[in-house]
Amino acid sequence: MMMKAATMRVTRRQALGLGAGATAVVIAGPTVGPAVAKGPTAEDAIKAFTGGTETKTGKVSLSTPEIAENGNTVPVSFDIESPMTADNHVQSVLVVADGNPRPGVATFHFSEMSGEASASTRIRLAKTQNVIAVAKMSDGSFFMDKRLVKVTIGGCGG
Amino acid sequence: MGTRVISSTAAKLAAAAGLAAVAVYATVALAGPNDNELMVEGQKYTTEIPGAKDGPLEKVYSGWRFRNEATQAMQLDDFDNPGFTNVETGEQLWSTVDGEAGKSCASCHGDAAESMKGVRAQMPKWNEAAGKPLTLEHTINNCRTQNMKAAPWKWESNQMLSMTAFIGLQSRGMPVNVKTDGPMKPWYDKGKDLYYQRVGQLDMACSGCHEENYGKMIRADHLSQGQINGFPTYRSKWQKLGSIHRRFKGCMKNIRATPFKVGGDEFTALELYVASRGQGLSVETPAVRN
Amino acid sequence: MAKVKPRVKVPKKAEAGEVITIKTLINHKMESGLRKDKKTGELIPKKIINKFTAEFNGKPVFSADVRPAVSANPYFQFKVKVPESGTFKFTWVDDDGSTYSTEKKITVGG
Repeated sequence: MMMKAATMRVTRRQALGLGAGATAVVIAGPTVGPAVAKGPTAEDAIKAFTGGTETKTGKVSLSTPEIAENGNTVPVSFDIESPMTADNHVQSVLVVADGNPRPGVATFHFSEMSGEASASTRIRLAKTQNVIAVAKMSDGSFFMDKRLVKVTIGGCGG
Repeated sequence: MGTRVISSTAAKLAAAAGLAAVAVYATVALAGPNDNELMVEGQKYTTEIPGAKDGPLEKVYSGWRFRNEATQAMQLDDFDNPGFTNVETGEQLWSTVDGEAGKSCASCHGDAAESMKGVRAQMPKWNEAAGKPLTLEHTINNCRTQNMKAAPWKWESNQMLSMTAFIGLQSRGMPVNVKTDGPMKPWYDKGKDLYYQRVGQLDMACSGCHEENYGKMIRADHLSQGQINGFPTYRSKWQKLGSIHRRFKGCMKNIRATPFKVGGDEFTALELYVASRGQGLSVETPAVRN
Repeated sequence: MAKVKPRVKVPKKAEAGEVITIKTLINHKMESGLRKDKKTGELIPKKIINKFTAEFNGKPVFSADVRPAVSANPYFQFKVKVPESGTFKFTWVDDDGSTYSTEKKITVGG
């Protein structure tokens, strides 16, 4: 039922001809400042994290709502496939949002005591965009997952 | 998959005929309240009841039912509910001595779990000494100024929101039950008039959205019935708790009207009337919304 | 601003080697540094929780470097495999240099 409702909202957007481009025009989120100096992009942030090493898909599963009713509080969680042993574990996970004025969200660091490499948090998204999680494994390899979150802004809602 | 078909049809229609697609949407793809059940800490909450016989609503729904799963989830667990930081502050304030009388709330009212049970559900309530109905905020400040000899709290202050959240929590799960007869009648009538009165540059009344069009989308928002059984409510938009009157004020600004005074007679009357439209819904304080 | 108060949820008991879930939340505005003061038009300076750490018996188990894109009242949920009884210590670091911390005990086995 929930998913159905969610799909319907997108449907209506398409019906009204309000695609992702249109949402950018009606930015109304209180956390979004108009004048921000151009900083590093999400791509730059990922590159800094990986040192340019190729990131593979798989192992990382990121979950986000398909639609966020308000960009101020978007629940995000990830789970990374790993035995989490001394010689085979996830060291850290970078989370970035590619459409925010500043793409960095957080970097999580795990330990041998983590048991599982998973975490949840709540984040701010200024508009519809991708949330990306990149995991650094103990053998120096990198894995990633990406999810598009549609942020409903430009509504009423007092 | 069915919705996909509608989607592409609607999109084509939109391209071809602009507004015509809206009509298609309105008839085909209407999203009403969802069917999820509100269970918190093992307790079930009433989020849907039949409306009163001669009442304006066929069914009465909590605003929780109009939110999507991500927003709903934040109210399912008291730890995940960010309104609970205020509840904890309120609990501390309850037994904190303040004012010249050297009293705390607890000095007179003892254990809030007993003494405050059901209080939120009956607000606003007639106060004989004041000669009018008082909201929870008014009642708290009356106690502070008259009995504690302490300065009143500001309506939207952290202390006031913490105290209304803490007191409100003691009624959580109980049905909204405001009195609308006797001396309350003129206030109820006044609130009702305000509810149906078109105001502002957009010439809209509360009823235009929350009675005639709840369940539909207003641009990107899913319209609820505007029920107030969860206040003070933590809204993502505010990133904190807020009062009923703050919410009223926000709505009035949106329709380009000059808002009434927070804590004033108009909003008190409107609070009474809106509360009466949700008679029987469970108190959800502190609720979480978008 | 309201007094900053951390909240954490840790199970009181666990089996040896059990993976437990820990939830933490702290009330903080997380001023992003991107908002303007409505009256003056000036940017409101950034003031956020920039670091969160969890230690168990003095050893780091989980931490997060936090940016302004984390929501107000930062919430973190994570897992820990507890080998023995002990004490968790959780610490949040504010941009203004203050730190907020709280401890929780857990009993393993027995």
